[in-house]
Amino acid sequence: MNESTATWELEPAPESTAHVQLEKSYGNFINGKFVESAGGSKFSSTNPANDKVIAEITESTEADVDKAVKAARAAYDKTWSKMEAKKRGKYIYRIARLLQERAREFSVIETMDGGKPIRESRDVDIPLAAGHFFYYAGWADKLSYAFPNRNPKSLGVAGQVIPWNFPLLMAAWKIAPALATGNTVVLKPAETTSLTALKLAEVIQQAELPPGVVNIVTGHGEVGAAIVNHKNIDKVAFTGSTNVGKIIQKAISGTKKRCTLELGGKAANIIFEDATIDQAVEGIINGIYFNQGHVCCAGSRLFVQESVHDEVIRKLKHRMKSLIVGDPLDKNTDIGAINSKEQLKTINKYIEIGKQEGADFYQPECSVPSKGNWCPPTLFTNVAQSNRIAQEEIFGPVLAVQTFRTVSEVIKKANNTPYGLSAGVWTDKGSKIFNMTSQMRAGVIWANTYNKFDPASPFGGYKESGFGREGGLHGLAAYLDV
Amino acid sequence: MAKTNGAAKNGRIEVHKTYKVFIGGKFPRTESGRYYSPQPAGQSLGNICLCSRKDVRNSVVAARAAQSSWAARTAYNRGQILYRIAEMMEGRSEQFVAELQTQGMTAAAAKKEVVQSIDRMIYYAGWCDKYQQIFSAVNPVASSHFNFSVLEPTGVVFVVANEESPLLGLASLIAPIIAGGNSCVVLASESKPLSAITLSEVLATSDVPGGVVNILTGLKSELHEHFSSHMDVNAIAFDCNDQKMLVAVREFAVENVKRVKHYSQDWTDDESQNPYLIQDFCEIKTTWHPIEQISASGSGY
Repeated sequence: MNESTATWELEPAPESTAHVQLEKSYGNFINGKFVESAGGSKFSSTNPANDKVIAEITESTEADVDKAVKAARAAYDKTWSKMEAKKRGKYIYRIARLLQERAREFSVIETMDGGKPIRESRDVDIPLAAGHFFYYAGWADKLSYAFPNRNPKSLGVAGQVIPWNFPLLMAAWKIAPALATGNTVVLKPAETTSLTALKLAEVIQQAELPPGVVNIVTGHGEVGAAIVNHKNIDKVAFTGSTNVGKIIQKAISGTKKRCTLELGGKAANIIFEDATIDQAVEGIINGIYFNQGHVCCAGSRLFVQESVHDEVIRKLKHRMKSLIVGDPLDKNTDIGAINSKEQLKTINKYIEIGKQEGADFYQPECSVPSKGNWCPPTLFTNVAQSNRIAQEEIFGPVLAVQTFRTVSEVIKKANNTPYGLSAGVWTDKGSKIFNMTSQMRAGVIWANTYNKFDPASPFGGYKESGFGREGGLHGLAAYLDV
Repeated sequence: MAKTNGAAKNGRIEVHKTYKVFIGGKFPRTESGRYYSPQPAGQSLGNICLCSRKDVRNSVVAARAAQSSWAARTAYNRGQILYRIAEMMEGRSEQFVAELQTQGMTAAAAKKEVVQSIDRMIYYAGWCDKYQQIFSAVNPVASSHFNFSVLEPTGVVFVVANEESPLLGLASLIAPIIAGGNSCVVLASESKPLSAITLSEVLATSDVPGGVVNILTGLKSELHEHFSSHMDVNAIAFDCNDQKMLVAVREFAVENVKRVKHYSQDWTDDESQNPYLIQDFCEIKTTWHPIEQISASGSGY
């Protein structure tokens, strides 16, 4: 097949920021109100696409965390755990509806604050976040049906720490099931992407939730540690790196705190010769370049069957050339800004490592804005299983390609990792799909598709990718004593 | 070697059993060549293998090698094998009762322990081909995909068996763990190890593939660091109320994000048996596949 060499020149199509309402400075959201920290400082949340300051947010103190936990405890004891489940559900439905009503504002802020393409925040992050609240709202008064022969009970105060790659969506994944099951929440968003969580606090006010049911404190890692280590937290829910997850697991090992961890990944995306190659190439692109590769389940290890390797790589490079890197607010943008300078440094470090390890490096030529954090889509071929770029999570738009000949060989290679979050398989043969999907040691398997998420679909890892599930019926167990 | 029961009967010299451990379907002695002599009822039980770190590691290798083919057995077949374990236990019930008495139980308590252990095995035999239907789901996603979640075994589970209920505590954890397709390495009751040793002889004659269950004897204080930091152990079932050791086990377990489950229930209570124990050692796998939308693209059948 001959790929067209013609390229489209697209006019800029930026999304307007006109109706976005942001304060210049934000405090924490504690006990139903925005309050200034006692003794904490402020730091800037910047737009990673142009380095401009969007708002000042709070570096919280232990005292702030303590205040938030107290508010959550009081709300749990006095109102939320005693409330009729049906009423709890109605409050959560309100959150879902308000998010849908204000979807555009949230999408634009998400893109400004985090750097992801507006197309993704508009079509994926915000609708899924609203959907998550809607899904779990309905569970609130049906919990006894989820656990046969059991009488599930809420746990108390949940301390939740979330990452910067899907800021509002991760907040929804954490808050919605916690509230539906009758728990109250202290949540810390990531320091680079706190704004949509703070806007969610506004929505929670609008939804008239009882004060203290949801509390949001901002800041860096120390604030998260203060939540995790607070003696009045009953449950810890964390999404982030495996390293930090291990620190948390260890920190609470002497306590009765319950814990769920959604950690890192290094997913295998496997292309067989009998796959529909063009679709598979789209799946590879979506698998690794979606959200700049800032995805724990990104298909960062590509395994191509030897017989189709040359064809797949040729088509992949061709497709990479057509990816538009640049202004995240532009509706045509495929790859937005890298979330932070720190992360860009990490990604560039791995690109250097890949080159030094002897893998073949490829990046399409593309112009990027002078300011901001950018990384073009990156491909390494001739990668060895032992290479660091094939073993360690990069969390950026960097794909490491290996080849295989037989089914058993690729199963061994794909499973040869301490991670086990996700995997992808591409083949048109049904029996091979079922063989592969049952042999992959990972919590989410995409067959002939990739990076699909849904409120009804449980998500979470095997092995060092963590434990517990978020989403679906199985996501309820994380917040209940069954 | 087993203890001597007084003088030879009718002039016959009794043949005493050498107590061994159970690794990969075989009965080796501990590689360390060491022994200990617990005295749960005041009298020594004999020379019991004092297992070492190396025994733990050998057992994990055996358990890992056996796990995937055990998980690949049909659920029906696993159910039949668990049932077969119960049949073999029934045949040995007098021996189990006698050993429990030797280890300090009253005759009535020993009999109850054996009967409940056999029934527990039958209970989980029945669950083998049913728990999946209780805990799995077809998920109604809002896109054109078929999406379903099933349970898969966590992998290799290390079991620290109950100290005071040396047979029932063992059966109550081994049964759900292997019913779910895991393999396991068990550290028997330290002070009352005879029941576990006899159970290994039952397992060896019950069509349980070698390595699916491995049984060691020895000291928790010596071995807990080694099994909880072992990088090829996926989960730990800790049926022991030593809080200090539990914390240490949890801390060592962090190394490879092991799932640590602590049990302190009364196994004689039938409420303690339920399929949620099977789920404790399972992972949930969710699979997505697109559904072709022929009518949506304008064509149709």
